[in-house]
Amino acid sequence: MPPFLFWIFAVLTVIFGAAVVLNRNPVASALSLVVSFLGLSALFMSLDAFFVGIIQVLVYAGAVMVLFLFIIMLLDIRAEERRRINWLAAVGGIGVAVILLIQICVVVGHFKDARQTFPQLARSTTDDVWNIGRLLFTNYNLPFQIIGVLVLVATIGVVFLSRREPR
Amino acid sequence: MITLGDYLVVSAILFTIGLAGVMLRRNLIVILMSLELMLNAANLSLVAFSRFRVEANGVPDYNAQVFVFFVITVAAAEVAVGLALLVALYRARQTTDVGDITSLKF
Repeated sequence: MPPFLFWIFAVLTVIFGAAVVLNRNPVASALSLVVSFLGLSALFMSLDAFFVGIIQVLVYAGAVMVLFLFIIMLLDIRAEERRRINWLAAVGGIGVAVILLIQICVVVGHFKDARQTFPQLARSTTDDVWNIGRLLFTNYNLPFQIIGVLVLVATIGVVFLSRREPR
Repeated sequence: MITLGDYLVVSAILFTIGLAGVMLRRNLIVILMSLELMLNAANLSLVAFSRFRVEANGVPDYNAQVFVFFVITVAAAEVAVGLALLVALYRARQTTDVGDITSLKF
């Protein structure tokens, strides 16, 4: 992938990620999140991870976002009214986030491998579904089945939580 | 050329945005969206390390991508349960603002 495409998608992802937090209207936040996830999916593709890029679009931009928009519609949430900002909490929150960012950047700066470019691949990775599937059903068979139980428990839990109380 | 560090910095910025969103916003739905941003930032650095660590036969290290698959599955389950809790809370209290939920406040 040419470098300028990386920068375009990285900037797109970060700007719309910031828009999620800055928008007052939850619908605008959800739609910004979709664009941010599409940019992130392009970044995955630029790293030759085609399977991960595609399930990012299918699961996040598809299923999870529909769930968010559906709940916003169901509860009929309006844009929040401006309330008094708690300046102490706001400064504290931004301060902790900025300190974390500086700390990660310092660690990356001291990390020698971070200055190297990515090594060449011997062949194309368009068969990565096969490779990931083979690992999933051999080395990671037990975690795979546990995740299946987790999804089942989540489904039952959601149905239980969202049913109406019997009168 | 694009280095590993560039991807790690983009991932760090995304994680920071998500963390700031969780701490600054008071709407529970936006807090859940910020959680998703943080999980995806972690996924980005996992995939970057997977591509960086090329194995002997010249393909990326797929262990990290299997891990990303698990993270995405858990994140989807987490969103479903979180939104169901939100709906239950809205039925009981008619609010999605964390500032209005003070029963456990000391």
